[in-house]
Amino acid sequence: MSDFLQHVINGLSAGTIYALVALGYTMVYGVLKLINFAHGDVMMMGTYVGYASALQFKQRGGFGMASVLAIFFLSMAACAAVGWLIERFAYRPLREKPKLTALITAIGISFAVSYGFQMDWGFLPGPNPRAFPEVIRRQPWLTLLDGEVTLWNWQVISFAVALGLMAGLQYLVFRTRFGRAMRAVSHDHRTAALLGIHTDRVIAVTFMLGSALAAGAGILFAIKDVKIEPLMGTQQGLKAFVAAVIGGIGNVPGAVVGAVLLGLVEEFVVGYTASSWRDAVAFGFLILVLLLRPEGLFGRVTAEKV
Amino acid sequence: MSGVGSAGSERPAELLLECQGLHVAYGAIQAVRGVSLSVRKGEVVALIGRNGAGKTSLLRAVSGMLRPADGRITLEGKDITGMPSHLLVARGMAHAPEGRGIFPNLTVEENLGLGAWLRTDADGVAADEAWVLSLFPRLKERWAAAAGTLSGGEQQMLAISRALMSRPRLLLLDEPSLGLAPQVIQLIFRILADVNGKGVSILLVEQNAHLALNLAGHAYVLETGEVAMEGAGKALLQSEDVRRAYLGE
Amino acid sequence: MVPPGLRGVLPVVLACLALAAGQRLFGGQEFFVYVASLVGVNVVLAVSLNVVNGMTGQFSIGHAGFMAVGAYAAGRLSLPLGDVAVSGLPVAASDQLLFAVSLLAGGVAAAACGFVVGLPSLRLKGDYLAIVTLGFGEIVRVIIQNTPALGGALGLSGIPQRGSLFAVWLCAFLAVLVARRIAESSHGRSLTAIREDEVAAEAMGVNTTAYKVRAFVVSAFFAGVAGGLFAHFVPIINPGSFTFVKSMEVVVMVVAGGLGSTTGSILAAVVLTLLPEALRSGFNRFAGEGAGAVVDQVRMPVYGLLLVVLMLARPQGLFGTRELWDRRKGQGARP
Repeated sequence: MSDFLQHVINGLSAGTIYALVALGYTMVYGVLKLINFAHGDVMMMGTYVGYASALQFKQRGGFGMASVLAIFFLSMAACAAVGWLIERFAYRPLREKPKLTALITAIGISFAVSYGFQMDWGFLPGPNPRAFPEVIRRQPWLTLLDGEVTLWNWQVISFAVALGLMAGLQYLVFRTRFGRAMRAVSHDHRTAALLGIHTDRVIAVTFMLGSALAAGAGILFAIKDVKIEPLMGTQQGLKAFVAAVIGGIGNVPGAVVGAVLLGLVEEFVVGYTASSWRDAVAFGFLILVLLLRPEGLFGRVTAEKV
Repeated sequence: MSGVGSAGSERPAELLLECQGLHVAYGAIQAVRGVSLSVRKGEVVALIGRNGAGKTSLLRAVSGMLRPADGRITLEGKDITGMPSHLLVARGMAHAPEGRGIFPNLTVEENLGLGAWLRTDADGVAADEAWVLSLFPRLKERWAAAAGTLSGGEQQMLAISRALMSRPRLLLLDEPSLGLAPQVIQLIFRILADVNGKGVSILLVEQNAHLALNLAGHAYVLETGEVAMEGAGKALLQSEDVRRAYLGE
Repeated sequence: MVPPGLRGVLPVVLACLALAAGQRLFGGQEFFVYVASLVGVNVVLAVSLNVVNGMTGQFSIGHAGFMAVGAYAAGRLSLPLGDVAVSGLPVAASDQLLFAVSLLAGGVAAAACGFVVGLPSLRLKGDYLAIVTLGFGEIVRVIIQNTPALGGALGLSGIPQRGSLFAVWLCAFLAVLVARRIAESSHGRSLTAIREDEVAAEAMGVNTTAYKVRAFVVSAFFAGVAGGLFAHFVPIINPGSFTFVKSMEVVVMVVAGGLGSTTGSILAAVVLTLLPEALRSGFNRFAGEGAGAVVDQVRMPVYGLLLVVLMLARPQGLFGTRELWDRRKGQGARP
């Protein structure tokens, strides 16, 4: 029982972080019908920006609330900028071209960034994993069942940050004018333009938002796993993408549900078999969903317009 | 191209929209070949013709959804050829596209709200919203419903209302009667006459030639991408050729 | 000129003769044989991937997974067969026969995987295939790592090294032949139709799923054969040789050569296999031993950037959809 509960807690912890990344994938797919393969690697960049900032703060005496916030903020701002750049210069020129072209470009960017960061050159970190500084001193926050089950303080913070960001996004998308425009563009960008909506701008902001959320996730991952390395973006990113597909790609709440589910399933499979199977879980889950319900849990079966 | 006698039915003087020698192509397929037409201020102009005659492509070129391969389009004297759609809305153009183009995942309220996307005068928007709801009270009843759950007729009402929310000077309408029940069609065309009465010029693409020609001050008949005939709406209604080809007589 | 019955067989016979001669002349030089074999394997991989990504316009990025299946299946079969001899044949011939059997087994195993993976995924939108093939590659890797019978993470060694220049390049030649036959047949035209506009093709009555799956299975078969060949000229195979990086290398070859052009795939495979080797050797020779390692580091990001630049500047790659043999026949550019 205690094992089970612990797995639930850990699974939710991972799942809520996956959700932040999955949202970026699903929003971009919604507006552009493109799988942004580079999304996970943008997250990785954010983690390293956070790492660099954390090192700076560490030198100057340590981590208070303000410095932790600053780490998040810097990282998210940097990633928003990178997201904007990628959309503007790699994807926008290809918008009217066949989808395959943009997909290849996306993979190219992902490859260039993830393996670029593996190079030992200049500011590039190189292949060796680093340890993310302990910005939050780990302490159990709540223990249950005579200490068998622990809810850690950093997990609580992780939940708070993830849920807070998701709530913010939810508000933006469903309760603001701009969010309305985002949803319109996501459905049909040509018709949205007919209403005067500047679709390029909406798409750019969507990218920036998704990237910022991914950066937040990257920091949370770093706090959770401590070990960071340049290929973490591709790994975690792909799993988050799988989560988005499971929930129904393009569907915002679906991405969250899919991610939490994936986090839980992954945790349980690894907990009860062996950690060497971890990487296969996400894809196995994906193939199952694609076989049984390809539009995902919340997706609509869309007939292709002729 | 033959002009049908327009004895007595003079067109308004002021030019609103003009297309000169417009060519629209999809790859190798020529949809519109050298069409010249105009919409005067306050007019209802109808474009009729069979399926595939190029009517929708023409409208899309005018509203910036497509780049014309050749030719010129001017709005109130200014060249707008190839201008992107969102800029044209600011210039007083609104387009209710083929298939209505409402956003099914948004509510009626949200769809309507988006129609006023560029407007900054909250009072004016509220007034227009009230006006539009007076034209189509049904929309008020379905206010919080997702637009995808509306019937075809309701969606068409929503599409037109949404287009009107930007307070356009020129309204482009693509096949408003498509798939609708006769009473609904009658209602919509009555409303269109009212709207035109308020000073909104209309460029109407319609398969239902009878309704279109009744409403239109001036009309063009498109055949395989070219203007085959033009003239006053009432005059074309009387024309032998038109009656045989498009009115089933 | 040539009687129709022989027309199919003649090129193969000629190729065999040429390759046998080549084997005789160069077979002794180890490094040359190794590099040339590597090139040959990559040619098979690129040409086969081109059938799916190029001719059919799909986006498969798990080719290394099929290669792995073929390598391990063939290798695993060859291990016990290493001491077996077919009676009535000289040892060398028996060895080669069993080798061929292993290769075939590898190809068939990979093809079976291609069917299992392809059938459900090719029903779906194009984007999904990319993720599924990526996932397939990863799942294969994880399975191998967790299976002691396949050597786990440390690898499978002791596979009889029966590979040779002749074998590798004969397979390459056959792969090119098959690819060319596909492209020039009515089958190929259907694939082109699917690539250009799948919805229209379906509307015209083409069973798009069936065609896509067939292309996928054929492609997987050859990837498996390539893997089998690979297993028989390297001393040890481990999951590390069949990662996503390998899949991407092949994708880059196909894209750079021109999606849809077999000639392009061949050329790109040759250049992109030789160039890093040459650079590495060059660096090692002129900048000291170990300097060549920088080539490996830089290779991947450069490939990534190459893809981006290609898509933005020259998406049709080197050859577009044209072939060297088009010009000879006077066909000019194909649609």
